[in-house]
Amino acid sequence: MKYLSEYRNYEATKSYIDLIHKHTTKPWNIMEICGGQTHSLVKNGLLDLLPESIRMIHGPGCPVCVTPLNLIDKAVELLRQGVIVCSFGDMIRVPGSKKSLLEAKAEGGDLRILYSPLEAVTIAKANPTKEVVFFAVGFETTAPANALSVLHAKKEGITNYSILVSHVLVPPAMEAILADEFCNIDAFLAAGHVCAIMGFKDYYPLAANYKIPIIITGFEPLDLVQGIYMAVKQLEGGNYIVQNQYSRVVKESGNLSAKQVINTVFAVGNREWRGIGEIPNSGYVIRDGYFDFDAERKFGIHHIKVQENKLCIAGDVLKGIKKPKECSQFGKQCMPSNPLGAPMVSSEGACAAYYHFSSF
Amino acid sequence: MNQTNTSETINMGHGSGGELTRKLIDQLIFKAFDNPYLNDKHDGSIVNVKGKIAISTDSFVISPIFFKGGNIGELAVNGTVNDVAMCGAIPKFLSLAFIIEEGFNYNELVDIIESIKNTAKRCGVLIITGDTKVVEKGKGDKIFINTTGFGEVHPNAAINSRNIKVGDKIIVNNNIAQHGIAIMSQREGLQFESDIVSDTTNLNLITQDLLDTFGTKIHFFRDPTRGGLGSVLHEIATDCSLGIDIFEKNLPIDKQVAAACEMLGLDPLYVANEGVFLTIADQHIANDVVSSINKFDNGKNATILGEITEMHPNKVVLHSSVGGKRIVSPLVGEQLPRIC
Repeated sequence: MKYLSEYRNYEATKSYIDLIHKHTTKPWNIMEICGGQTHSLVKNGLLDLLPESIRMIHGPGCPVCVTPLNLIDKAVELLRQGVIVCSFGDMIRVPGSKKSLLEAKAEGGDLRILYSPLEAVTIAKANPTKEVVFFAVGFETTAPANALSVLHAKKEGITNYSILVSHVLVPPAMEAILADEFCNIDAFLAAGHVCAIMGFKDYYPLAANYKIPIIITGFEPLDLVQGIYMAVKQLEGGNYIVQNQYSRVVKESGNLSAKQVINTVFAVGNREWRGIGEIPNSGYVIRDGYFDFDAERKFGIHHIKVQENKLCIAGDVLKGIKKPKECSQFGKQCMPSNPLGAPMVSSEGACAAYYHFSSF
Repeated sequence: MNQTNTSETINMGHGSGGELTRKLIDQLIFKAFDNPYLNDKHDGSIVNVKGKIAISTDSFVISPIFFKGGNIGELAVNGTVNDVAMCGAIPKFLSLAFIIEEGFNYNELVDIIESIKNTAKRCGVLIITGDTKVVEKGKGDKIFINTTGFGEVHPNAAINSRNIKVGDKIIVNNNIAQHGIAIMSQREGLQFESDIVSDTTNLNLITQDLLDTFGTKIHFFRDPTRGGLGSVLHEIATDCSLGIDIFEKNLPIDKQVAAACEMLGLDPLYVANEGVFLTIADQHIANDVVSSINKFDNGKNATILGEITEMHPNKVVLHSSVGGKRIVSPLVGEQLPRIC
């Protein structure tokens, strides 16, 4: 556990919390982008240790939460057609317009929960008479492995494998949040693991144009309080630059071989975000030359379009305009056992994190 | 045992009640569990018990049926024996019922029965009645086992959530989350290399020793199996209408298990155990309880995990290692591995 236990150290964490208290003179809204950061803040009880004037806003960086309803319905449709659908675990309980993948499985769908998309290629190889689809959701972090699964399948001549893509990108989402007229964010903690893949050159123009401090931050308690401290220092000093708190993992240029794999299979394209709507150039689509691996083309399911539940304010929560508890349905109609929207499903979702861990 | 082992698989005939069933029972089951009650070969067994009895039943449907550290047979004995023990009783007898899917490997059944025999011996219980059914291929998942346990309530036991008092200490006997992670490491799609083995074990010898030594100062026992420690603590807080404080730094967990939980995005508080139990005891004997549990092989990591408080009734609060606090709520649905 070396490189981990040090970042969970009580004294070190407390020393940064004390520094944050000492240097904070005004109220600041800081958005942590990644769901993993939200989860860690809440799981370690860090929010209650911060000054009252520091408001942490939970950002859109939960892949489960921003995957549009359409995509769930498309995956459900594939199960109905007898396709073996493979998915990461936390996608399966997300409600679609009529049912979740888990409910489709209960009706006889062949749904497999996997940890790696490469396993799905193995399943396709073992079931040559069946079609196998991997539900490729996530940010830049899961894109390399999903792209690699396509490259593996192509190399091995596996033709019964394809992916249902819902990949989204962080910097365009940050820009969309900043451009919103109701935006009240003073600083960002950027998602450490996304930057581990992509680097952080994209953030320089964002920080400069919107005059906002951006701190690339890790996920352990010490990482988070250090990142918050760096943000507070900048805000109190009137600065707005990109800083890298997570330098033990993140390099400015990111992971070049991972990026190469991504760019071989995917191209940047428009994507719909659940609760936010379509953001231009905010995601990945399958590149020309790999269309055979695009499940939407293969199974003709482009046409499936559905409406969000009108009572759910997931979009405002994801943009930081509202806190989960400000939703009229929070803890009433909407709870983890009966989620109206995606942020209540994943343990990384802002609403579920609030429901499970805080409020006493 | 080898006479029936000609076909190598179980077929519908083995559950028909006819000749094949008789052979299976006589040559495999009766032979393994040989005892005077069973040897009467009646429809049921007549037994003598002293005082109050505790009864518990459980069905076992695990996949895979053979896993690192045990198999479904061992689990079926330990699971029910432990539930009886948690009532403050001394387990004495077990019923044993199989539902087997047609085509099941005969040798695997032999292995499971051998395992049941050895586990029952270790627990000090006799298998006194049972049943075997076979279902068509596709109507089951290899083998399901149901066991019902009967135990004599310990004369000094006063195990009841009503007896839990403010100031009582909560003691855990062993590392948590072993079983769930061991099983998950062998499931299709989640396989990863590890030396993590299930913690399945019988706890009745420890609970009996604690009741012998401390009697009514032991207020409660509970084994957090499915749903994990977090769900059970929440249930206890609700049942006794008091609050529970637990301390993350005291949570006993193996480093490999903790790392696997990190990797899969699982909270070890909600991962299944099969050899863990909580003792809630008078605060003045808490350290002695830990020492008593430490004497047993499956109690080497015993520690005081937390305490009962009048603050925040019905709620469990975890004090994190870095000085924060959070609510431990019950698990909803199955815990799912996260994306990243």
